[in-house]
Amino acid sequence: MRVSVTVNGQNYVRDVEPRLLLVHFLRDELRLTGTHWGCDTSNCGVCVVQLDGVPVKSCTVLAVMADGHEVTTVEGLEKDGALDPVQEGFVQCHGLQCGFCTPGMLMTARWLLDRNPDPDEGEIREAISGQLCRCTGYENIVRSVRWAAEKEASV
Amino acid sequence: MSTPMGFGRMHRKEDARFIRGRGGYVDDVNLPGMLYGAILRSPHAHARIVSIDTSAALAHPKVKAVITGETLAGLNLAWMPTLSADTQAVLATDKVRFQGQEVAFVVAEDRYSARDALELIDVEYDALDAVIDARKSLDPDAPIIRDDHEGRADNKIFDWEAGDKATTDAVFAQAEVTVTQDMLYPRVHPAPLETCGAVADFDKVTGKLTVWCPTQAPHAHRTLYALVAGLPEHKIRVISPDIGGGFGNKVGIYPGYVCAIVGSIVTGKPVKWMEDRSENLMSTSFARDYHMRGEVAATRDGKIQAIRVKVLADHGAFNGTAQPTKFPAGFFHVFTGSYDLRAAHCEVTGVYTNKAPGGVAYACSFRITEAVYLVERMIDVLAMELGADPAELRMKNLLRSEQFPYTSPTGWEYDSGDYQKTLQLAMDMAGYDALRREQAEKRDRGELMGIGIAFFTEAVGAGPRKHMDILGLGMADGAELRVHPTGKAVLRVSCQSQGQGHETTFAQIVASELGISPDDVDVVHGDTDQTPFGLGTYGSRSTPVSGAAAAMVSRKVRERARQVAAAMLEASPEDLEWAVNESGGAWTVAGTGAGKTIQEIALAAHSSLELPEGIEGHLDATCVYNPPNLTYPFGAYICVVDVDPGTGQVKVRRFIAVDDCGVRINPMIVEGQVHGGLADGVGMALMQLMAFDEDGNHLGASFMDYLLPTAMECPSWELGETVTPSPHHPIGAKGVGESATVGSPPAVVNAVLDALRPFGVRHADMPLTPAGVWRAMQGNPIRTDLAIS
Ligand code: FES
Ligand code: FES
Repeated sequence: MRVSVTVNGQNYVRDVEPRLLLVHFLRDELRLTGTHWGCDTSNCGVCVVQLDGVPVKSCTVLAVMADGHEVTTVEGLEKDGALDPVQEGFVQCHGLQCGFCTPGMLMTARWLLDRNPDPDEGEIREAISGQLCRCTGYENIVRSVRWAAEKEASV
Repeated sequence: MSTPMGFGRMHRKEDARFIRGRGGYVDDVNLPGMLYGAILRSPHAHARIVSIDTSAALAHPKVKAVITGETLAGLNLAWMPTLSADTQAVLATDKVRFQGQEVAFVVAEDRYSARDALELIDVEYDALDAVIDARKSLDPDAPIIRDDHEGRADNKIFDWEAGDKATTDAVFAQAEVTVTQDMLYPRVHPAPLETCGAVADFDKVTGKLTVWCPTQAPHAHRTLYALVAGLPEHKIRVISPDIGGGFGNKVGIYPGYVCAIVGSIVTGKPVKWMEDRSENLMSTSFARDYHMRGEVAATRDGKIQAIRVKVLADHGAFNGTAQPTKFPAGFFHVFTGSYDLRAAHCEVTGVYTNKAPGGVAYACSFRITEAVYLVERMIDVLAMELGADPAELRMKNLLRSEQFPYTSPTGWEYDSGDYQKTLQLAMDMAGYDALRREQAEKRDRGELMGIGIAFFTEAVGAGPRKHMDILGLGMADGAELRVHPTGKAVLRVSCQSQGQGHETTFAQIVASELGISPDDVDVVHGDTDQTPFGLGTYGSRSTPVSGAAAAMVSRKVRERARQVAAAMLEASPEDLEWAVNESGGAWTVAGTGAGKTIQEIALAAHSSLELPEGIEGHLDATCVYNPPNLTYPFGAYICVVDVDPGTGQVKVRRFIAVDDCGVRINPMIVEGQVHGGLADGVGMALMQLMAFDEDGNHLGASFMDYLLPTAMECPSWELGETVTPSPHHPIGAKGVGESATVGSPPAVVNAVLDALRPFGVRHADMPLTPAGVWRAMQGNPIRTDLAIS
């Protein structure tokens, strides 16, 4: 099937199998390997991207479902050489270790701050509760998102 | 945070790529013409293979090869050695011995076709009775799992003991008080978010095999591939790229790696194999599965005198535990823990069962997790028996600082410690007395609140090589350091990070030794063609061993720099002093202002400057660090839980963790690792369930069933630190990567059981799921390794 998907502002047209998962479309077809894959059951969230601005698990979306839609991946966060505050926050607060969950966490964090610029700890925890991190015990992820919120509030 | 010249909180160098989605993990490797592999696995736990028909799969238009055990047998590769000198089937030939075992390997043009073709392979099995309950594995009528072993008549792998049995028994015979408790440290899986996989590329022309594989021990893999496959070792290059979490899951060589290599040799194309999550949980290294009976002898007033332990160790179908050769039960015999006692003895019996192989694959420091869990549960059991406060009982029995270095009853030499101080700090941070008062009030109201304490001593950073090796490879690690003419340095190390931040920490070590900025040090790791030999990253050994190597090699370079500086300054090397100030490190002539910075020296070392006889030019060095002893980090953890009396649901309200890992190179990174380990403890204690039904069906084979803690189950961790440097480590550091994983499960379990005190519950096994807690409250605790009946 032919799909036309806008990813990080660029349009891609490809012929794909109907069963192709969006995560594999991004990784294998477009070579955007920042989005990861980590489970068979839609539990881990390392595959989270934004579909029309809303976080989705791209392992649970077919590439054909993204036809005519806009996808933003971690590669699309940095704008004109400037890091997104959530990216900076993760560096500042040591919000990552192996980095495997990080792209998904960043995409959810960006979405959260877009709709709630001043989330408290509980709201941050809830926002990322569909995603796993095996390294950080979540503490510094929460702090990273708070850092980004404060940075955005200060400009 | 400014960049420190040496140790301190420095942001990580590796983050720049990860936050941009530019990490390079194994599944990101994409080579021209690359094919994809997939593995057909056994649905049975124990069955004879009658026949395998691959013809329909081979007829699939996108399939390039189908490999079976028979194909491999022709290459003498059907079996491979394990890290414990047993053998493991790469692809089954005679029987399958656990559910999920590898049976056939398909190579196809793309991921999806490879999977499709698995469905086209027809395997006929003759099902056999399976050994699932380890406690029945030695029954006379138990089916023999390893009938591939000549003359084998049972399922026993080994009997092993440590300590002094006679003395221990004598102490027990005279003891005023003894307590006994059976407990299971259930099977768990580390489940890093990146599953295992490999890309193999065999170049027929050059004869060179390149394997990209997220391995924690790239050099050990290379040597094993040479030994297993008979390939010349200099023609094998193992590249361990960014690893999406390891925790011990990525130490061993899995059948899929060998299959990818064979697939590449057979097809002449690079072959990628990535397992899915179920495959990861069902077939790759699990951890623990220790059925333990602990006994403690004590005086009536609470002085512990002796500990005695019997363990039944379930190693699965192949003995594949990754641990030093002389220690079949790993470092379990450090089980006397942090306490001053007279005698100890343990017996461990290892058995085969029809489950996946493994045993030490989850941040366990070679079975110290099990040992710490046992002793910390036993202390609480004793406290309950004596009606003593568990904190006071520990305080009374902890080793005292003047006893270090301390030789334990089972022969360990603890390097340094100040245990009371650490426990006291944890109690102060927790507000221990106030918590007890709150608990008493709540109990009066029928509310279930628990306070759990655990104190642990770890033994990490193996070797020394004369005592410790893996399959004959001594546990020492190399480092190479090169300072370029402009004073920028490259450090090459044998170990490999799975998120620990080696590129930052090791740069800080070199920076502190040479008086340069860590930004001026690049760390190269994870490529056997580019790094010196060493045994890798597990058992919290990177900082104790490779970190020490980095310091020692830097000191060698600094000594060379002294000679060069002496030639530059026309002074005697003995008259030079090393000093580091804000502008960096320099050798200066004592008592004068004359001196040369390390950058000036580096340039001169590469110049036409005449050097004295015997002094080589350039500024570089190599070293191999053979640790004189393990390092012994320790810590005191306090967990506060609330248990819902109606549902058995446990909520971890607070967790206080005071770690002492000696000198902290980058405290930010240390704290991050502790956070992660604490979450592991909450997961293992409360959620992570890997049970089997009586046919050997794996009941935790997906993240729907094997529950891992999310941000909702984890509290905000409260950390503290004490610093007792290791006297034998060049910078006084100790390992820390596994401390929290080792220390936190007993703290959580002790807290839950403390909450359940009104029900008279003395013990219940992990994971303490709501069902498990509720059943314990009814006086009917469950076996957590078997399907709930
Ligand atoms: S890959 Fe695990 S949720 Fe998508
Ligand atoms: S940083 Fe490793 S999984 Fe989150």
